[in-house]
Amino acid sequence: MSEVFEGLVRIERLAPMGMVTLRGDLSDPALAKAISAELGCDIPSVRRFTTGAGGQAAWMSPDELLLLVASERAPALAARLDGLEGGFFTAADVSGARVVFALSGAGARDVLAKAAPVDFADFPVGSFRRTRAAQVAAAIWREEGRFLVTTMRSVADYTEALLKTLAHPGAGVGLYRD
Amino acid sequence: MSHRLSTGGRLIDRAKPLSFTFDGRTYRGYQGDTLASALLGAGQVLMGRSFKYHRPRGPLSAGPEEPNALVELGTSARFEPNQRATQAELFAGLTARSQNRWPSLSFDLGAVNALFAPFFPAGFYYKTFIHPRPLWKHLFEPVIRRAAGLGRAPDAETLDADSYEQVYAFCDVLVVGGGMAGLRAAQVAARAGKRVIVMEQTAHWGGRALVDLEGVDDWLTPILSELKAAPHVTLLPRTSGVGVHDHGMVIGTQRLSDHAPGADMPRQRLWRVRAGQVVVAGGATERPLSFAGNDLPGVMLASAVRDYAVLWGVALGKRVVVVTNNDDAYRTALALHAQGIEVPAIIDARPEAAGPLPEQARAAGLRILTGRAIRMVKGGTGGVSAVDICPQDSDGTTTSETIACDGVAMSGGWSPNVHLWSHTGGKLNWDEATACFRPDPARAPLNHDGRAMAVAVGAANGTFDAGLADRETVEAMGGAGDFALLPTRPDAPLAPVWLMPARAGYKLRAKMWLDPQNDVKVTDVELAAREGFQSVEHAKRYTTLGMATDQGKISNINGLAILSDALGQPIPQTGTTTFRPPWTPLTMGAIGGEARGEIFQPLRKTPLHGWHEAHGADFEPVGLWRRPYAYPRKGESRHDAVMREVRAVRGALGLLDASTLGKILIKGPDAARLADMLYTNLMSTLKPGKCRYGLMCNENGFLMDDGVVARLSEDAFLLHTTSGGADRVHAWIEDWLQCEWWDWKVHAINLTEHYAQIAVVGPNARKVLESLGSDMDLSASAFPFMDWREGHLAGIPARVFRISFSGELSYEVAVPAGQGLALWEKLLAAGAEFGATPYGTEALHILRAEKGFIMIGDETDGTVIPQDLGLDWAISKKKADFLGKRGMERPAMQSPDRWKLVGLETLDGSVLPHGALAALPGRNDNGQAETQGRVTSTYYSPTLGKGIAMGLVHKGPERMGEVIAFTGPGGALTQVRICDPVFYDKSGERQNV
Repeated sequence: MSEVFEGLVRIERLAPMGMVTLRGDLSDPALAKAISAELGCDIPSVRRFTTGAGGQAAWMSPDELLLLVASERAPALAARLDGLEGGFFTAADVSGARVVFALSGAGARDVLAKAAPVDFADFPVGSFRRTRAAQVAAAIWREEGRFLVTTMRSVADYTEALLKTLAHPGAGVGLYRD
Repeated sequence: MSHRLSTGGRLIDRAKPLSFTFDGRTYRGYQGDTLASALLGAGQVLMGRSFKYHRPRGPLSAGPEEPNALVELGTSARFEPNQRATQAELFAGLTARSQNRWPSLSFDLGAVNALFAPFFPAGFYYKTFIHPRPLWKHLFEPVIRRAAGLGRAPDAETLDADSYEQVYAFCDVLVVGGGMAGLRAAQVAARAGKRVIVMEQTAHWGGRALVDLEGVDDWLTPILSELKAAPHVTLLPRTSGVGVHDHGMVIGTQRLSDHAPGADMPRQRLWRVRAGQVVVAGGATERPLSFAGNDLPGVMLASAVRDYAVLWGVALGKRVVVVTNNDDAYRTALALHAQGIEVPAIIDARPEAAGPLPEQARAAGLRILTGRAIRMVKGGTGGVSAVDICPQDSDGTTTSETIACDGVAMSGGWSPNVHLWSHTGGKLNWDEATACFRPDPARAPLNHDGRAMAVAVGAANGTFDAGLADRETVEAMGGAGDFALLPTRPDAPLAPVWLMPARAGYKLRAKMWLDPQNDVKVTDVELAAREGFQSVEHAKRYTTLGMATDQGKISNINGLAILSDALGQPIPQTGTTTFRPPWTPLTMGAIGGEARGEIFQPLRKTPLHGWHEAHGADFEPVGLWRRPYAYPRKGESRHDAVMREVRAVRGALGLLDASTLGKILIKGPDAARLADMLYTNLMSTLKPGKCRYGLMCNENGFLMDDGVVARLSEDAFLLHTTSGGADRVHAWIEDWLQCEWWDWKVHAINLTEHYAQIAVVGPNARKVLESLGSDMDLSASAFPFMDWREGHLAGIPARVFRISFSGELSYEVAVPAGQGLALWEKLLAAGAEFGATPYGTEALHILRAEKGFIMIGDETDGTVIPQDLGLDWAISKKKADFLGKRGMERPAMQSPDRWKLVGLETLDGSVLPHGALAALPGRNDNGQAETQGRVTSTYYSPTLGKGIAMGLVHKGPERMGEVIAFTGPGGALTQVRICDPVFYDKSGERQNV
């Protein structure tokens, strides 16, 4: 399951990642302070993610962040943020809910364009986008040198088979060229 | 007879001969041929039979408008009917078969239909087979379908061997059509720094320039290399732009390996492009002329005759007559002449022909007959033998001359391909000078902002002169700077000719085909007009004109000109039929994309799925989830496995994977208020640490979900939903919070997939949990029924709910999904001494039915309110409001006549059929038998040793003990006693231990 697939792109199912859902007013200074203290990064702007020494914060919706941290940190981080003083916030550990794939290689955007209605020409490093991967809900974000795709745990096998199918070596597109 | 020329053929590679078969016979063509050019090159003009009369047909065109040369391509897993031979690229080993003929193409018994043509007028089927009604479905339709059809449907059980995919793309400018205008438009846009996608339906760039532009390479090579080098330009050959939709959404279908079947790549790719601007540059389609016998094999559009000669080195015949109402057909005469094919005459319906092209033809020594018409084409299945000539301005009773020939090249002018322009409402103007409908730039299809979404250029815009079109394209695209424009040499005006000769009598008109595939003739359209089908849309349906696979590309304009004439009104007043996608047919494979086999549909798997699979689970679908139905052992039937699992739960210990249950956290100062609105019961009084079963209704009061609510803290609740309901309920909550109660301080988070949940059920449930080791006090006194606790089990962080859906001592344990399997395996290991048995959904159902517990989707169907199920106790009378409260107060919901839930016990102990109805004498207003009840759940209970069931029965609870009859399969009646729905342990002692 977790072996690396080499096709148009290299596809790897990553080890479980710590994830915390946080809901609340993203413009609240108390939150900015807490995120900065916990992760060392700023609150991300719309459809972006930020990275700090302690993890990443991704924009999910006008009142929701997804925090990506080391697995073992997630429960305690969720508990601390859930009890954050000075505003109305809810945080929950959702580390078990999702699976993450990494796509790397020159054809990554072409492969992703087969699954998601996203304009990858307007998708620089630091972009984060909630969308769908063919028939399932997904989020896609771009780090230096790779794209990450997350879908729900229950459809992990579907997602993996989908990405491998779309990355079939004979199915190059040539839409996104650098 | 058609044949391959010794020279010429821009697209073919004579060094690469290819062998293929047509109707079992082997032919030879060349790399670069289409199936049509290869067959013509081999002398095979006859390629198909028409739909209605089985008339012999050869190709009429060389492109997507082809109505005649439709074939079955490929075999078995790559079999596909109704493929246009004019577009099918030849490859080695191609297998094609002609259609709609029996026993063979050259001798077809169905052609006897044509002898009865006078008895098959327009609307024949409607008139003849309308009564008696039942015969239509069972007799007429099957027989007619067999006699009048096209290709055979692929075998239903044979899977397509190929794969397909789709891709989403975005651009500033999408150009559909890679001819002169399209490439220029792309160049202008690319130079302006725009992102450009160009779709060209053939494998070649240049469009008509390849045939008609002198020195084409001097023009084509630089513009193509410029576009190929531009990093933000995507050129897509073999890609048909098939539909333009709202907001610049364009669908294109790309043929990746149709011409190389079996290649290790997808066969086709569907493009879903969001374009800022759509450039309609799809050229124009030549029109036939309406003269008697214009459907015979060997009569072809003049441009196609020229294309075959220039592009593929194929001649339609050795003596080809050209007949026209315009200058363009002279290009065909000149091209044939240049290749050494005899052109005995150019029949020009115009009184004079004095443009530069006719002058050129005269200079070449070609004979031009002006003011003349083809009275009739002579020939048959074997092709054309001669044409009778008469004055155009006559009724065609006298033949002035007969010219022997074996091919006719006809041109009735050109119709711009306005389809894509019109798909989203772009309007057209009738242009008298060119006798065609042209896009009206003032009434373009509009985008979301009310501005024009599309622009039409070149021949698609009705500008047929290359130079004028080029200038117009650069201007339309806002081009600035240097563009070496193509030279201008406008043709002389055409003369609209809708009938040839102009006053042809009935007998001639009855042999003039408008729609050759559907066999619609001039007289059919005239008949439709006489019978009152005056709207072009009605006339189309009545005659089937334009309803063939070419969707009127060939027939529409000619047909509506005839209709207008019959109605005595100008053409624009008649108007056109509606242009709808697709431009050309696309495959279901492309529409389905990658979704087949393993990824046809996402299957949801729980964290324990792998274990279930490895241990022989028999799965059943629950929404998109796959859940174990039962775990049959070797040699054990499904039924026996279920019985064993139920007994194990009641007698010892059962383990159930309950991970699919929805788990939604609501938290905030207003969480209790929200819970009170979502559920019919009072939830705000629930104490932290406690659980309560709750019902969720929609605004109409109908039950939509149920489950156990746990109060986590003063401001937090965990809502359990049904397996299928998690996403729906979460969306429902967000809908209310975002749209109606936006000022409430409460958040909802769907935690369903974060947890694995395992139900530990049976008399030994507590023992096994205690044996795992826990920091929670699991004793009966410290942890009573309907409480929950948080702590660790076997070292795994867990939340334990003491709830029961079986009536037994029962705990549901939630742990992080990643640790679900570890807990499951520990429970099995520790439970071995207690008889631990994994059980599936069927045992779960029986266990709950024995206890009279309802199941959403079984006892409910969207029309059932809680009161129908005897759940009045779960409806708060204290709350001012909750979702569904007002709905329940409507008179129909309060009616004493509602069907209500009861237990059903057969007198003989048998199991009632699922969904069985209790019939009454008489019929309702819809003619259906009156009924007084139906079965909602029915099982064999191993605990009780007999069939048990629940059902909704008219005034059921008032009729305890009454015996009524339910109808089973074959109408057999079963006597059933109405009873309490709780069949087992009515006092609930077992779950309270």
